[in-house]
Amino acid sequence: MSARNTTIFLKLLMAVTGLFFVFYVLLHMYGNLKVLAGPEAFNGYAEHLRTFGEPMLPYGGLLWIFRILLIAALIGHVYSMAALWSRAGKARASRYAVVKTAITSTTMRWGGVFLFLFIGWHLLHFTIVKPVVNGDGPDAAALAASPYAMVVASFQLWWMVLIYLLALAALGLHLAHGVFSAQQTLGWTQTAAGHRRAKGIGHLVAAVIAVGFAIPPLAILFGLVK
Amino acid sequence: MDLTLKIWRQAGPRDKGKLVTYQVEDISPDMSFLEMLDVLNERLNAKGEEPVAFDSDCREGICGMCGLMISGQAHGPEKTTTCQLHMRSFSDGETITIEPWRAEAFPVIRDLVVNRSAFDRIIQAGGFISVNTGSAPDAHATPVPKPNAERAFVAAECIGCGACVAACPNASGMLFMGAKVTHLSELPQGQPERMARVVSMVSTHDAEGFGGCTNIGECSKACPKGIPQDVISTLNRDLRMALSSGH
Repeated sequence: MSARNTTIFLKLLMAVTGLFFVFYVLLHMYGNLKVLAGPEAFNGYAEHLRTFGEPMLPYGGLLWIFRILLIAALIGHVYSMAALWSRAGKARASRYAVVKTAITSTTMRWGGVFLFLFIGWHLLHFTIVKPVVNGDGPDAAALAASPYAMVVASFQLWWMVLIYLLALAALGLHLAHGVFSAQQTLGWTQTAAGHRRAKGIGHLVAAVIAVGFAIPPLAILFGLVK
Repeated sequence: MDLTLKIWRQAGPRDKGKLVTYQVEDISPDMSFLEMLDVLNERLNAKGEEPVAFDSDCREGICGMCGLMISGQAHGPEKTTTCQLHMRSFSDGETITIEPWRAEAFPVIRDLVVNRSAFDRIIQAGGFISVNTGSAPDAHATPVPKPNAERAFVAAECIGCGACVAACPNASGMLFMGAKVTHLSELPQGQPERMARVVSMVSTHDAEGFGGCTNIGECSKACPKGIPQDVISTLNRDLRMALSSGH
């Protein structure tokens, strides 16, 4: 019998990896908002991410540290999700004829699957393949040279903005419950006031992240950033 | 009142079971829900049909024995136990679906009766304190700060009816277990076995086949005693502390 072999341990793993994602996403949002400051600021930021910590770290070192941590967190998050999801299915194998419960846990799980698929697309789009999605924009060589040009060309397309807004809606819903849930799992909500505060923090973080990420694509779509 | 009842009938643990529709007429709005079922059973008996099996004991809302899923809500639309639910909470002509608690950890014995021994085994795993019995100690021999005493009392209100498990989409027993752990963790008498208790109880909970908690709070909404969700936070914290102290 060990505390490590419990469902609460899986939940703690889910909570800690989730909070690391929140920290990362806030940094990511800060970087994205640099697009409002123009090409030099945005491309300069992208380059600084790679030279950060030199000469202690090699070129791109910090970026790779983050990538490794993110992959480890993703493995932990998905592993605990799969274990808890399958356990929940077995625990309620026979269903009720009439159901009147909230749909949050279903939203969390399928929303999480959607976010996972979106992240796959997002990495192909801006990091791994960098396809020329906008035929009227710069060519592949110009996109590779300027992250700013790549972002602007992409978000001049309404359907691309739509994909990202859908993903942000899913992320917002996921965080509204997930950030509260992580605090509850870590045992930080032991009073009624603490419980309300944790829910408030969850909604605030979700709103800040959803709005903060939506600003650059919308600004580009409506021609405020060119 | 005239009502249409759709009741889960299942002859035994291995029977597949199905919903059977019954019409009941002339029900008084002042009857409790269980009295309404008693009336139905009397009429079924008179017709030579098998009466509907359901659990009840004190019928005062304090023993935790009764519990039915009533049109998708554990213990029905009011915040109380099924025995303290009255027919005035329903409208004339309403169709009411009555099902047993559904969880693999609570197997159906017959009709609406489920086996909740899994809760007993969780208590046996650690929901106690080890003391020598004898003459009762003076009530003020061990001082307890008032906020801790109050929270322990709130948690101790849990009657173990299982509505939390029934209402949880994951069929998790965390609200029940959180109440028991919080009750003892808030008191000085609960401290010596605190870390071993939480690990033992949670391990038993998991082995019994209950699901994990997703913190959505359907349990607290269904709880006839209004046990707050924050007892699960205390349970989680105790497990985290047990983890870091090497349990």
